Amino acid sequence: MRDVAVIGVGMQKWGELWEKSIRDIFVESALLAMDDAGVNRIDALYVGSMSPGIFSAQEHLESVLADYLGQKFIPGTRVESACASGGLAFRLAFMDVASGTHDIVLAGGVEKMTDVSGGEATHALATAADMKWEGMSGVTFPGLYAMMAVAHMHKYGTTREQLASVAVKNHANGLHNERAQFRMKITVEDVINSVKVADPLNILDCSPITDGAAAVILVPADMIKRFKRPGVKVTGAGHATDTIALHSREDMTTLKAVSEAARQAYAMSGKRPEDIDFAEVHDCFTIAEIIVSESLGFFAPGQGGPAAERGETALTGRIPINASGGLKSKGHPVGATGIAQVVELVEQLRGAAGPRQVKDARVGLAQNMGGSGGSSLVHILEVM
Amino acid sequence: MPPARSWRNYAQLYRLEAGRCKKCGRVHYPPRLICPECQGRVFETFRMKRTGKVVTHTVIRTPSHEFSGEAPFAVGIVEMDDGPRLTLQIVDVDFDELRIGLPVRLEFRRLFAEGEAGVIHYGHKAVPLRT
Repeated sequence: MRDVAVIGVGMQKWGELWEKSIRDIFVESALLAMDDAGVNRIDALYVGSMSPGIFSAQEHLESVLADYLGQKFIPGTRVESACASGGLAFRLAFMDVASGTHDIVLAGGVEKMTDVSGGEATHALATAADMKWEGMSGVTFPGLYAMMAVAHMHKYGTTREQLASVAVKNHANGLHNERAQFRMKITVEDVINSVKVADPLNILDCSPITDGAAAVILVPADMIKRFKRPGVKVTGAGHATDTIALHSREDMTTLKAVSEAARQAYAMSGKRPEDIDFAEVHDCFTIAEIIVSESLGFFAPGQGGPAAERGETALTGRIPINASGGLKSKGHPVGATGIAQVVELVEQLRGAAGPRQVKDARVGLAQNMGGSGGSSLVHILEVM
Repeated sequence: MPPARSWRNYAQLYRLEAGRCKKCGRVHYPPRLICPECQGRVFETFRMKRTGKVVTHTVIRTPSHEFSGEAPFAVGIVEMDDGPRLTLQIVDVDFDELRIGLPVRLEFRRLFAEGEAGVIHYGHKAVPLRT
């Protein structure tokens, strides 16, 4: 296995990008990453996209994107793991470079979600659940996370205010991210009084529907001198699955795919949770960030809510989480999310995150998740 | 669902047939070909008792389009007395009655109508057990 570094990142502004197609969105961010790395050619492409067939009526996406990225004949691979598709694309690109198969590999993610109605988008996302044994009940994704929240509140006394504090914190961070979809300050009262979606979760507990893409360039670490760019090393990678249906899990207050992926990534990098300076985690819903922060080992089970409320995960807290604004403020174009997390890690580790810079950021962790936790990826990146 | 997709599940959907692993005793609903606990491959098929209790719950206020006429409605995860857990609508209930531990009984009900022809799908919903 060769050591692997990230030497280029690219991400255009996210939002409702009605004037742009899925290929425009992807190519713009991919070119930014290639320019950042200083390359005009790549050896291979991996792209995460959950459902271009439903959202954009386009499958065979790897060939569409390699073609429009001006990279004839390269090997291209589209990967799908629901909302963890981007994280999985990054893992495969990492393994490709580590194995010695290719030297300059682009890992990207893209989703164009606003070409379909809200109902169709909800349906496309719902296919990440157990369509038969959960879907028959009419439960939605907010509904599945709401049931995790009810179980967590019952077992640990997690409060409605603690859930809200996650959204408040992530929007405060997103104010400093010019690429975020929703840059607005909100309060705990705003969250608690917002429109109900699935009790106890309201609209301001939920990540939005977004068009967007992100891309990064990976190379062997020993080639880094050729690129004249600050390199960031990938030191840990983990990947796990869990039961597709939430109801098949004995404990609904923890996410086993997350803790297992984290265990692998910590072991590979030789790090422990307390060695991590900051993290980007999958806050598709406020309760998700609380449970993930526990499953990653940052807090003991049941302590994620109180820790968020005390500001321990704020930009200036003990372990800043989602300095980028997270899925909540930045947006959640599902296939792109896992790659955007890596973009944020690299910018933070380069000390180039501007007003949202985490102080003394040397070790960062990215955690991406599919469905109600049926899959998860964890990556650890460090300053070289 | 196309007819074959619902027809091939009649035994589980309508008769609540589950599989008990002969090796470790774990009950699986729907039945499986290999036990995720012990990798056993021999199962005894039996009909589950229709009673259980709520282990978590929510009220869906913003539904997907198939259920758009029905919101708000309650959904919960029900742990059957025979062991397996199911995600089901909880009906004939006031939302403020919903609680973890609520005893329920499964009743055969209309689930939803699908497509332009409005093909009706039936299955189980949970109803609070009243003493």
